Amino acid sequence: MRHTISVLVENKFGVLARIAGLFSARGYNIASLAVSETLDPTISYMTMVVEVQDEKILEQIKKQLNKLIDVITVTDFTKKEHIDREMVLAKVNYSAKEKVRLENIFGKYVGKIIKAKGDTAIIEAVGDQEQIKAFLEQLDKFGVKELVRTGRLAIAE
Amino acid sequence: MTGAEILIECLKREGVDVIFGYPGGQVLPIFDKLYDSDLKFILTRHEQGAAHAADGFARATGKPGVCLATSGPGATNLVTGIANAYMDSIPMVAITGQVKTFLIGNDAFQEADVTGITRPITKHNYLVKDVKDLARIVREAFYIASTGRPGPVLIDIPSDIQLADTEFIWPETIDIRSYKPTYFGHPGQIKKAAKLIAEAKRPILYIGGGVISSGAHKELRVLAQKLKAPLTWTLMGIGAFPAEHELSLGMLGMHGTAYANHAIMESDLIIAIGARFDDRVTGRLDAFAPHAKIIHIDIDPASISKNVRVDIPIVGDAKNILGELLEQIKDLPDTAEWIKTVDSWKKKYPMKYNDDGKLKPQYVVEQLWELTRGEAIITTEVGQNQMWAAQWYKYSHPRTFISSGGLGTMGFGFPAAMGAKIGCPDKLVFDIAGDGSIQMNIQELATCVCNKINVKVAILNNGYLGMVRQWQELFYKKRYSQVCITSPDFVKLAESYGALGILVTKKEEVRPAIEKAIATDNTVFIDFRVEPEENVFPMVPAGKAINEIIGGLA
Repeated sequence: MRHTISVLVENKFGVLARIAGLFSARGYNIASLAVSETLDPTISYMTMVVEVQDEKILEQIKKQLNKLIDVITVTDFTKKEHIDREMVLAKVNYSAKEKVRLENIFGKYVGKIIKAKGDTAIIEAVGDQEQIKAFLEQLDKFGVKELVRTGRLAIAE
Repeated sequence: MTGAEILIECLKREGVDVIFGYPGGQVLPIFDKLYDSDLKFILTRHEQGAAHAADGFARATGKPGVCLATSGPGATNLVTGIANAYMDSIPMVAITGQVKTFLIGNDAFQEADVTGITRPITKHNYLVKDVKDLARIVREAFYIASTGRPGPVLIDIPSDIQLADTEFIWPETIDIRSYKPTYFGHPGQIKKAAKLIAEAKRPILYIGGGVISSGAHKELRVLAQKLKAPLTWTLMGIGAFPAEHELSLGMLGMHGTAYANHAIMESDLIIAIGARFDDRVTGRLDAFAPHAKIIHIDIDPASISKNVRVDIPIVGDAKNILGELLEQIKDLPDTAEWIKTVDSWKKKYPMKYNDDGKLKPQYVVEQLWELTRGEAIITTEVGQNQMWAAQWYKYSHPRTFISSGGLGTMGFGFPAAMGAKIGCPDKLVFDIAGDGSIQMNIQELATCVCNKINVKVAILNNGYLGMVRQWQELFYKKRYSQVCITSPDFVKLAESYGALGILVTKKEEVRPAIEKAIATDNTVFIDFRVEPEENVFPMVPAGKAINEIIGGLA
C-alpha cells in the first residue's frame, strides 16, 4: 500500500541524503518525493510517498525518520484528512483544429495549454492522484511526446 | 582564535582528558595546537586502534571517548571503530581532518566523503563549513553523543577551517529543536506495567546494555529482589547484575545458559530493560517466548516492537523508569513456584565443560576470574574467546565486561583494553583474545609499551578461527575452509615490542602464568596453547528456537 508521509526537516545540506539513506539502507523505495522551503526558511517540508506492504515497516520508517537529528516532525497522512496534489507537464501532438478538443478535457481537471508551437503543445495539469491518472488517459488520445510530473504534495486539513 | 584553538578549548570545556589518534596532512593545524596543550594524547599505531580505544575508554568510564584522524585514509580507518560504537550505543566523538573547503569534491589528495561514508554508522555527523559554527558543533556533538540512546558523532573539519580566525564564543546552552530525548516514562504505562507485574506468575527480567549506559544497575537490583524474579541478560547487559546472585541465570540466546533460555521460553511476563530483542537472543522469532506478555523499557522508541510485539512499551531512561516503577509496584507476584522450577533447570542443565586435564580455554577463563577475584575489567575479541569470556568469568559490576556485541569486530578487544586502562588506571585490565583476532590490531603493542599502558592479553590460541571452525564442524561437515591460521611466536613478538611474553602449554602452568602477568609492571601477552577443537556450548543453531539447544553437556 502507498502511504503519504510528510517530514519537516532542518533546511541544511546533507539532510536529504540522510533521509534517502535511511530508505535505501533498508531496501525501501521512495515512490515520490517533493521538497521545498517553508514559511520559516530554516525549515524544509518534504512530502514523500512510500510503498510498503506491512504496517510494521511503516511504523519503523516513521520511528527511524524521527530518530534523525535533523528531522523535526513526521506526519503520516494515511489516516488523516488531507489534501494532496500532483502536477504534470506534458508535450502532446497539436494542431490548431484540435485546440478545442484538447481544451475540453481540461474542464474536469485543473489544466491548460501553456504554450503551443508548430505541432506541439506544452500543457500542465494539477490534481490528486486519481484526477491525474484520468487526465493522462484522456491525454493519451492526442499522442504524448514527453511527460514529467512532480511528486505528491500533501497538506493536512 | 583559530579553528584548531577553538576545537581544543571546546574539548577541554567538555571535560575531555584524553584523545586517541594519529596525525596527518589535513590535521596539522590541530596537532600544532595540541603541541602546546596539556590534553593527553595517545598516539596509536593505526587509526582503527584509536577508534576502538576511544570506544573502550567510553565503555569503562561512561564518558564520551574521543578519537582524531586525518582526512581520507585516516578517516576511513576509523570507520570500523565508529560502526562498532554505533551498534553498541557507545558515546564517542570522532574528529577528522578534511581537505580545504574549496577543494572538497575535487578528488584532492587524501580526500574522502567522510560525512557521506559515516552517515549510516553515526548518530549524527557534521561537516564544518564555517569556523563560526565550530564551537556550537563541538558542543552539540558531545551532547548528542552522550544523551538519549548514546552513539558516535563525527565532526569533519577542513584544514582551512582549522586555520581560520574568529571570535571564540562558548555556547552556554544547547537547544536542538529536533532532538529532545524522552527521559521519563509515561506514568500511565508505568501503572499498567506495575499491574501486569503483580498478576504475573512466571516473570523474568531480560537485561540489556541500556541498564549499564543509564546507570540503572542499583535500581535493577532493588527491583529484582523485590519481585524475586529471575534475571537473564544479553552480552551487552553483562555486569549490570552480579552473576553470582541466586536470581541470576546468566546470558541467554545462542550461547546462553540452557536454564536462561528455558526460563524465558516458559515465562509469562518478560520485563525487557534496555535490550533490543536481537536475533542472537530471540532465535527463531515466531517461536520466542510464546506464553509471555512483554513490558519493554527502552530510551529508543525505534527499538520497541521492532522485532517482537510488545504489550507495554515504556520509552525513557531505564534508571528513571525503574525508580518510578518501584514506587508504583504495590502488589508483588508470588514467584516461589517459578523460582523452584528455574532452580530445577539450573540443576538439570548446569554450565560445564569436559575438564579432562588438558588445557581447556574455559579453564583459563575460570582461573582468570578466580585470580582477579572478579574485579578486573575484561575486554574480548570476537568469536569463541568472546563467548567463553562471557560464560566463564563471573562479572559483578557494570562496565567491567567490554565486548563488541552488535558489530562483532575482531581486533576490538586489545585497543579497547588500552582505552579502558587509560580510563581506569587503577583497574587490572585483561583482554581475552583468540589467536586470529589478536593479529588484527596487534600493532597496538607498541602503543601500550610506549605509553606504559599495562594491559594483559590472554590469547586462547587454538590455531583456528575457532568460531567459524565450530560452525564448519557442526553445519558444514567438518570441511574446514580457511580457518586454520598460523601465528607468530607471540612470546618473541611481545618481547620484540618490549612487552613480556609467557607461553603456557599445560593446565598446571595456567595459574602461575596469570599470577606472573598480574604481578608484572608491563604489558603482558600470555600465549595459552589450548585444545584446538574445543567448542562453545551450549549452542542454539541460527534460525532455531532458543530452547532447541545442542551440545552434549547442555
